[in-house]
Amino acid sequence: MLGKNIVAMENFSAEEIRLVLDTAYKFKQIIKRGGDKKLSNLRGKSIVNLFYEPSTRTRTSFELAGKYLGADVVSINSGTSSIVKGESLRDTLRTIEAMGVDAIVMRHKAEGAADFATKAVKPVIINAGDGAHAHPSQALLDLFTIEQRKGRLAGLKVAIIGDILHSRVARSDVYAMTKMGMEVHFAGPKTLLPRFFAFDGVTLHEEVEDAIQAADVINVLRIQLERQQAGLFPSTREYARVFGINDARLKLAKDDVLILHPGPQNKGLEISSEVTYCGQSAIQEQVQNGVAVRMALLDLTLNGGAE
Amino acid sequence: MTNQTWQFKNNFKSLLLRGGRVVDPANNFDGVADVLIVDGKIAKVAPDIKFPAQIEFDAAGKIVTPGLIDMHVHLREPGQEAKEDFLSGAKAAAAGGFTTVATMPNTYPVVDNAALVRAMVKRAEDVGLVNIKIIGAVTKGQQGQELAEMRDMIAAGAVAFSDDGHFDDNAKIFLNALDYLHDTDKLIICHEEETSLVKGGVMNEGKRSALLGLKGRPTVAEDIAVARDVLLAEYTGGRVHIAHISSARAVEIVRDAKKRGVHVTAEVTPQHLTMTDDLVNPADASTKINPPLRTQKDCDACLAGLLDGTIDAIVTDHSPHAVEEKDREYIYAPSGFPGLETSVGVLFTELYHKNKIDLKTLISKMTAEPAQIFGLDAGTLSIDAPADVTIIDPELVWTVDAEKFYTRGSHSPFVERELKGRAVATIVRDNLMTLRRI
Repeated sequence: MLGKNIVAMENFSAEEIRLVLDTAYKFKQIIKRGGDKKLSNLRGKSIVNLFYEPSTRTRTSFELAGKYLGADVVSINSGTSSIVKGESLRDTLRTIEAMGVDAIVMRHKAEGAADFATKAVKPVIINAGDGAHAHPSQALLDLFTIEQRKGRLAGLKVAIIGDILHSRVARSDVYAMTKMGMEVHFAGPKTLLPRFFAFDGVTLHEEVEDAIQAADVINVLRIQLERQQAGLFPSTREYARVFGINDARLKLAKDDVLILHPGPQNKGLEISSEVTYCGQSAIQEQVQNGVAVRMALLDLTLNGGAE
Repeated sequence: MTNQTWQFKNNFKSLLLRGGRVVDPANNFDGVADVLIVDGKIAKVAPDIKFPAQIEFDAAGKIVTPGLIDMHVHLREPGQEAKEDFLSGAKAAAAGGFTTVATMPNTYPVVDNAALVRAMVKRAEDVGLVNIKIIGAVTKGQQGQELAEMRDMIAAGAVAFSDDGHFDDNAKIFLNALDYLHDTDKLIICHEEETSLVKGGVMNEGKRSALLGLKGRPTVAEDIAVARDVLLAEYTGGRVHIAHISSARAVEIVRDAKKRGVHVTAEVTPQHLTMTDDLVNPADASTKINPPLRTQKDCDACLAGLLDGTIDAIVTDHSPHAVEEKDREYIYAPSGFPGLETSVGVLFTELYHKNKIDLKTLISKMTAEPAQIFGLDAGTLSIDAPADVTIIDPELVWTVDAEKFYTRGSHSPFVERELKGRAVATIVRDNLMTLRRI
């Protein structure tokens, strides 16, 4: 995977996904053992985090991942850079490239921005989210978390609930999960599902109950409050009642169902507090695993995964 | 292939086009003949003309047609000269085989009054090369709130009216516009996408947009708009012309309306006839246009509409933008791409050479029919008609190269495509413009 741009899960083979998960496992052991976490895998490499949208966990975990591997990492926030002076995306990327960086981790509001970047400049591009299109490192950390807890991926039934229409997580999970032999089910209000359903091997449900029936994993998507203002559902109260994941709905799934959420959560809306903090919830582990998975991505693309 | 370039000036007193296949739908003529032009007018169309012409042009193996007409272009004057101006646009038109183009008023400022129309008519005369017609706005500033002074603009030379670029949501204002123009011979060209349904949308709503996560512009937005305007035309007896139709259902609505005798006509672009939303790549804004590229079903319906007479004209919707405007994120880039220089090549390659359309119908949609709809003294090789003539080499194979465009626009989904068929000479009155080897 040396030199590979990480744009979307469409561009991953099952073998590559396996390699990322196995590599992440090694890094997780290093993080967990505590003490000195600093490695030298990426010593002499430089990484720029270019974030055009706010982010806590993705940006911090990419930054720590690079630092744990020994790289020099700089984070650029669009609000405090030349971007506010009207610099174009191509020029910003070229400016960063000219400083000799090896990788650019990028989050952008525009779908296709990461792909645009791969064509504009030479450093490895890692997509940390492009609009509603893709968020590949999230999908990989979802797989990693599921495998850690369940011991396998193939054959598991996953329900993804909520705002599929605007979700880059759903668009990446679908490819990652189906490639690993998982069964994917979607549910949410019709206003938040794509009208022309295009995802191979995925079942669409009108009712949440049907999707989570006997599910091994439930991935609860974040509901942005502006969707209500845009008239896509009438109220947060009604959303929570009809589509929210709570204790009662959880009983429809398997007893050992695993709960995921990409964060940040709206408690009491798409997910109840009880579910967030219950024993089956892996939401905190997702965050920790995010660092390990991002270390794997950086190590594999910048170092080829060599010891 | 050797390098080729256009020579834009070669004035003559008399010109004899020798031995081409003359296709003149206005006169129902298709056959090998000579065409003689004297003093800027068609003097004779016949086999083996004997005349000591100043210039003889060997048109053997070529197609000789009335000068092509494109009633929907954006030459961006006044105010947006970084995208295009009348001179760069006129050169692009001539190089594409077009002798008459009509430019849309969505400029800065909007062409919504007689003074601006007069200034633009004068500017068009000064630039010359091809006939540039001026379309005025329907409403002041194209804001859809108050009628623009359309009768004054007619007196100043406006050939039609349009708020192209967006749909006039206010049905009452649109109805008033139709009533107000009722006693004139002018029509309204309508951009048909209901505003609330396409807000924020950047591509067709379909399977492709679902995969890419890009916001969609559904066909139903176009269908609703076309249905409303057809009904208002029927109710008022006014004339509407549906701009760049792209949805299968909209074609059906126009077909039914025509059967009922509604005064509705329609146009379609080469891109909506031949390209689908499968080509949308969010890393490259070349394919971003309004209405968007649809599906194969819609392309097929547009072609069927063209063949059965539901759709009357082919236009390019030539919409150039400055390079830096298009070279950015898909959602931020403006809609539209330049089409004047690729239209003939695309239509010949994708439709004529694939036997999807006969030559006479194709040429009619680019000459006789638009001339008739807009009341232009053009689109025919009748004796004494203005000598606007296009010569097409149907077998010429060439590759679209944005570097060689005369338009200022650069991003087009046709760039790098190999095409078969190209205009090789464009005649406007006493000026012979030719594609030459260098």
